[in-house]
Amino acid sequence: MFDSLSEKLQRVFKNIRGEGTLTAENMEAALKEIRMALLEADVHFKVVKQFIEGVRQKALGQEVLTSFSPAQQVIKIVRDELIAVLGTHPSRLRTANQPPTVVMIVGLQGSGKTTSTGKLAKFLSKSGHRPLVVSVDVYRPAARQQLAVIARDLQMPLYAGTPEETKPLDLARSARREAEQTGRDMVLIDTAGRLHIDDELMAELQELKENLNPTEILFVADAMTGQDAVKSADEFHKRLGITGVILTKMDGDARGGGALSIRHVTGQPLKFIGTGEKFDALEAFHPDRAANRILGMGDVISFIEKVEQNIDQKKAEEMQRKLIDNEFTLEDFRDQLKQLRKLGPLENLIGMMPKMGPLKELKDAKVDEKELTRIVAIIDSMTPRERDNHMLINGARRRRIAKGSGTTVQDVNNLLKQYAQARKMMKSFTGGGFLGKRMAKMKLPFFDNQN
Amino acid sequence: MLKSLLGPGTPQPSLLDRLKQGIQKTRAGLVTKLDDAIYGRKEIDSGLLDELEYALITADVGPRTAADILESIRQRVDRHLVSDPAELRGLIREHLLSVLESVERPLAEVAEPPLVVMVVGVNGSGKTTTIGKLAHRFKTDGRSVLLCAADTFRAAAIEQLEIWGTRTATEVIRQQQGSDPSAVIFDALQAAKARKVDTLIVDTAGRLHTKENLMAELEKMRRTASRVVPDAPHEVLLVLDATTGQNGLEQARKFTGSAGVTGLVLTKLDGTAKGGIVVAISRELNLPIRYVGVGEQADDLLPFEPDKFIASLFA
Repeated sequence: MFDSLSEKLQRVFKNIRGEGTLTAENMEAALKEIRMALLEADVHFKVVKQFIEGVRQKALGQEVLTSFSPAQQVIKIVRDELIAVLGTHPSRLRTANQPPTVVMIVGLQGSGKTTSTGKLAKFLSKSGHRPLVVSVDVYRPAARQQLAVIARDLQMPLYAGTPEETKPLDLARSARREAEQTGRDMVLIDTAGRLHIDDELMAELQELKENLNPTEILFVADAMTGQDAVKSADEFHKRLGITGVILTKMDGDARGGGALSIRHVTGQPLKFIGTGEKFDALEAFHPDRAANRILGMGDVISFIEKVEQNIDQKKAEEMQRKLIDNEFTLEDFRDQLKQLRKLGPLENLIGMMPKMGPLKELKDAKVDEKELTRIVAIIDSMTPRERDNHMLINGARRRRIAKGSGTTVQDVNNLLKQYAQARKMMKSFTGGGFLGKRMAKMKLPFFDNQN
Repeated sequence: MLKSLLGPGTPQPSLLDRLKQGIQKTRAGLVTKLDDAIYGRKEIDSGLLDELEYALITADVGPRTAADILESIRQRVDRHLVSDPAELRGLIREHLLSVLESVERPLAEVAEPPLVVMVVGVNGSGKTTTIGKLAHRFKTDGRSVLLCAADTFRAAAIEQLEIWGTRTATEVIRQQQGSDPSAVIFDALQAAKARKVDTLIVDTAGRLHTKENLMAELEKMRRTASRVVPDAPHEVLLVLDATTGQNGLEQARKFTGSAGVTGLVLTKLDGTAKGGIVVAISRELNLPIRYVGVGEQADDLLPFEPDKFIASLFA
């Protein structure tokens, strides 16, 4: 498919002699690549233009950081800008002072409103709410039935309506009454899909809004939408004043540049993303992840930042010394693992790595989070003496440790074997180059400090 | 030219008008922008080319196709073949038309019915609605039609197709939600053969092209179909939402790989969407556009004809 932007930028700077510094000339070439990447990600043309201008200003005013190559510097600026536009924090759903909170779900046909309504209901009930769902889509064949099936599967209460209720407003009103009577604190209203230029149907939404006074009006947008995302979002916002956006079908390979455009024109936060067909596939929106996706890159800078933030400098130096002197005990091993855990889920960390160069092998690496927890538990079950000298650990001790940590003797054996291997490897290695060369091959990656 | 299933010599006099009307917004988009860009300009300079690029890219033709068009314009300007901005409109029109026309090919025909048409696409692109409209179209042409509800996954998808079946007085072959779609196809093909219907239209569940297992399911459905009727499915239509951006290319690529797409249906063209992505898809994947959907009514599906499409864009 597309080359990732970071790969392209690296190529741009490689082709320029003396790639050491960021100049106005090589910046132009980089900006061209960024522009193409954003356009291919379906970010709106005008938004791209403004965005590029912002990046240009920032980049030229920037002092030269010797620790990063020009390509990395540009990427960092672009990424920071993207995050700034996308919003710096994940945002949450607001609730009304007086329940039930009314949430309207609106959008174009086929953007995923009904599915999102089901997912949102599940998401909310997991976080302690008691939602009621209602479909007021009286147009599309079997639309209301679709929501009814979803509600049944999720065991979520649904207001089904009476045969006389054929108007969206009647249905929504009755649903709210039902919620009040049955002690439900949220009403999710799934509306019919409509084109933003359909005056009649847009007026219907306005009527719903005026009469129901919803706390949230969520605009559901398909991540695959192209340049038109801007127009529909803008029009919905103008007519209704949307309060947030759900970006759906993010489990595909669309870059989701529409997110940037929508945020840019409406100023409203992206609240959720839909990431699959199952009903728990709804996640809070994270601006940083979205930025990475739009850029189509492993995010090496935030990876480095993350490592720097989380690794205790002194401890790291101590570790370095221990490694060299071969005093690396099981206790240290555990500390390293714990530090590693602080960096967040390992899958995400691996996602941040550039899938190229020395780390190419990491591409398909799968990390078992549970495995790490298990290892820490095993080490926890050892006595301090055992941790200090693993040679002590005989069969009887192994059985005790296994019992104490809720694992098997085999698990303990495995760990000791891996530990012994790690020690051996360290012996052969002195100083730098570790992170790059060895990590990919090691079964248990851990980091030393690479400054 | 597209040999539509209308049968010989039944051109609807209002076709061009309806297409025009249906895609009025589309027109208002691309052509207005092109005209605005060109209007009042005395010469072709970089400012004008920028404006043209803007018009093309916001129509979703994609940055690469846009760059192509601009490059060919630039070359002509350099060689002094054009100098008047007013000529650019015609140039762009020609370019777009040539892309769309180069991929045209007639719809599949079968010596012995049924003609099997399978409809595929990502979630929410408008497959079921398109099938309802297709059934209506074939029926009006005097062909007998049978529908196959092979979207056994989405809640109420079968019911949605059945409502279209009732509207168009077409029988629907169905099983329970959750059953194997290939089994439904098998039944439907047997039924179609037994009843000697002309056309069988197969609805499939929406799926993202990145889901390998679901794409493999499409391959299986194809295999099943070809076991009952050799060469079936004869047409595999990829339904594409006109608002789709550059991801449409990737969709077309993957669906062609797994399902053997033979043509496109562009839906929701009554929005402000421009459907420019079809130009990019035609250009890169050599797929003809068969139909365009321009509304919610049963007869809001029109056969696609490049010259008329472009003509109405530039009318």
